Order: sequence, then C-alpha cells, then structure tokens
Amino acid sequence: MCLAVPARVLEVRGSRAKVDFGGTVREVDVTLVDVRPGQYVLVHAGFAIQVLDEREAEEIIRAWEELLGA
Amino acid sequence: MEVSARFRDQRLAKRLAEKIRELEPEEPTKFCHVCGTHEWTISHYGIRSLLPENVEVIAGPGCPVCITPASLVDGAVELALDGVVVATYGDMFRTPGTRSSLCQARAEGADVRIVYSITDAVRMAREERRRDFVFFAIGFETTAPSTAVEVLRKPPGNLSFLVAHRLIPPAMELLADMEDLAIRGFIAPGHVSTIIGAQPYAVFPERYGMPVVVAGFEPLDVLMAIYMLLKQLKEGVARLENEYTRAVRWEGNVRAKEFMRRAFDVVDGAWRGIGLIPNSALELKKAFREHDAIERYGLDVRSTPGCDVPPGCRCHEIMVGKAYPMDCPLFLKACRPDRPVGPCMVSIEGTCRIWALEGGWLRGV
Repeated sequence: MCLAVPARVLEVRGSRAKVDFGGTVREVDVTLVDVRPGQYVLVHAGFAIQVLDEREAEEIIRAWEELLGA
Repeated sequence: MEVSARFRDQRLAKRLAEKIRELEPEEPTKFCHVCGTHEWTISHYGIRSLLPENVEVIAGPGCPVCITPASLVDGAVELALDGVVVATYGDMFRTPGTRSSLCQARAEGADVRIVYSITDAVRMAREERRRDFVFFAIGFETTAPSTAVEVLRKPPGNLSFLVAHRLIPPAMELLADMEDLAIRGFIAPGHVSTIIGAQPYAVFPERYGMPVVVAGFEPLDVLMAIYMLLKQLKEGVARLENEYTRAVRWEGNVRAKEFMRRAFDVVDGAWRGIGLIPNSALELKKAFREHDAIERYGLDVRSTPGCDVPPGCRCHEIMVGKAYPMDCPLFLKACRPDRPVGPCMVSIEGTCRIWALEGGWLRGV
C-alpha cells in the first residue's frame, strides 16, 4: 500500500500529468506537488506524492562511494 | 538512468555490508522498521543474511491492510451485501473480517470493485449516478492525502467514504514503550515520511534515547540505515537522521499535510491485532458528514474486544514484531498465500505473505 513508484513526468495539464514508469505511460494526479516535465516523481495510488531530487541522489551516492572507499 | 537504480549497486552494497560487520555490537541489538515495503526489500534482497549474528531487524505494524480493524471490513461487507457498490484497493478485497471478506461478498453477488486510485472510484460514482458508492479508504499517511484531495473536491452525492486511515508515529511510540520488545532503534518509513517529513520522529531520540533513520526502499537505502543506526549506538548518541534525502524533507510535503488537516480530525483509533492507539486515526471532519459512510448508513464499526484475528492466527504478535511468521502454527500449513487465514498473509505488505514468497527468514531466526 505504501509502495510508491518513481516515474518521469512527460506532460503536465492542470492537476493531471502523463508520467512514464520505465516504459508504461499513465496519467496521475499532481495536485500534491509542483512538477515540470523531465522531473521524477514518486507515485502512490494514482497521486504523485513527492518530487525526487536527482541532484541530491547523485551527491549522496558520491558521498557513499567516498565513505566506502569504493 | 533512473535515479533509484543507483541504489541497487551490488559493489557498494558489499562494501556497506563489510562496514556494518565492522560495527558488530557487543550485545544483541534489535532494530524495528514499520513498513511492509521495507520488509519486502529486506526479505527479497536477503539483507538479514548480511548482518552480524546479533543484529536483528523486526517488522512492526507497517501493513495498512493488516491493521484495518475487522469491524470495518465487516461494515464494508455489510454495505456491499445491501447493494452499495464498494470500491477499494486490491489487498483489501481478500482481507477477512470476522465473518467474511469483500471477495466472498462479491462471490455472493455483491458489486465490489478493485481500484488503483480513489480517483477511479470518484469517476465511477459520477458515471453511475443512480447507484450508491462507498470508497473504503485505508492506508497510512502516504495514502490519506489522496483521500483528502477527493473529499475536498466536492465528490458526487452518491459517493461516501469509509475512512480507515491510520498514522504511523503513534504506533511507533507504542512499540518504543513496549519494554519487552527492547527496540534499540527505528528504521522510519520513507514513503510515509515524504508526506509527514522527518520532524515527527524527533520524539524518539529526545524522549526515548532511541536512534531513528528515515530510509528509502532500495537495498542500499536499508543497508545504509542499519549502518547509521549501528554507528549511533557505537558513538553512544541518539539522533534523528535522514538517509532518504532524495525524497524526504524535514517538513515533508506541506501541501499534502494541509489537505489532510482540512479534511480530517485526528482521533484515537483501533488497530487490528493491537488495540486502541491514542491519536492514531483520521476521521472526516463534521463538515463532510454527508460523505461519511459510517454516518450515512449508521454502521456499527466498534471493534470487537480481543486480538481481532482469526482463531489460531498469530498476526497480532507478528504485527508488533513479537513473533516471526514461522512461530505461527498456521504459517505455510493452514495459512498460505493462495488461501490466507490471517491478514498478514493476505496483503503484499503483510510479513507472513512476504516471508512465504521471499523467504525473509534466511539466516535462521
């Protein structure tokens, strides 16, 4: 139930957006977030609940690589 | 590349597992997560097999379907058999109440519909104005905002909501208070936290001296959370940390919280297998009474006393991490994924179903 799946925003029209779940395109509700095409959102039960911060993801992976000496 | 894929990097996971083993605590240490999706990640990727012998990760009440009181399932079944169209999420369909499930009601001719989103139920109600619809709204803070959005959008008059939303932090406090459980730290649920933020967990280090790490759902996220918890214990400090920074902000999703605040009041709530937890449930505000299924149909949804699970089933202990699925005499015998007895075997987020399908016990607990 609390499963939320990342999807890339393709197109925003009012409170609805077309998003791409790695090949499967669906329409979801974006009332709860501010998004623009190209961004990744977490989608839960037909609603985008948060925008994924890609830069933050890159930075944290780099920090972990450093920490782990990998 | 999709961002989440980076958090499944096998090379980093191996290094992280080594780091975790370097932090092996001196005494047996138990951490608790409260999310079915975390249990899935832990079981699916065999994360328990990577941990030191004396580090245990238990699953708390992180399955919204499992903790929905049987009396509410009974209420939904009653409505369905009375001719109301009941719409709900997939897992709720097969969950047994005290007498039967919505699935059984459909077999008896009731109109029960599985929807992916509450928005589908609203659309159906608009298209079939002459029928009465009830949306059985279950789920934690991840799901509650979507219900709030549709409640505030002026739903059609023939649609009402059977609201069973529950809140996670009060359940975590209950677990923290259980001395016999002796939890040393929490892995906080990432998707609930995208909505409520990290801030509500500050109470655990402050009041209980208990470390908390908010974590995402890829294997590296969970391993990193365990590493961060062990590190805090080693350092002898208890902090609230956020590992899932790509999705969770300190304040959460402010707009979603505002929607929830406008649609719901926070009240005490019954949790199946657990009992009443103060300030842990959402109820529609009085202004939306006409869309409250309990009011509209005069449902009696008071919980039955006792553990609220079928006879012989140990879901009530499994849901608070006091027992593992294999401690239950029914597990994989009378109770199986294809014919579940208890709620934890029904839902894809139930510990028993996850263990049955993913082998969560690997590394013999």
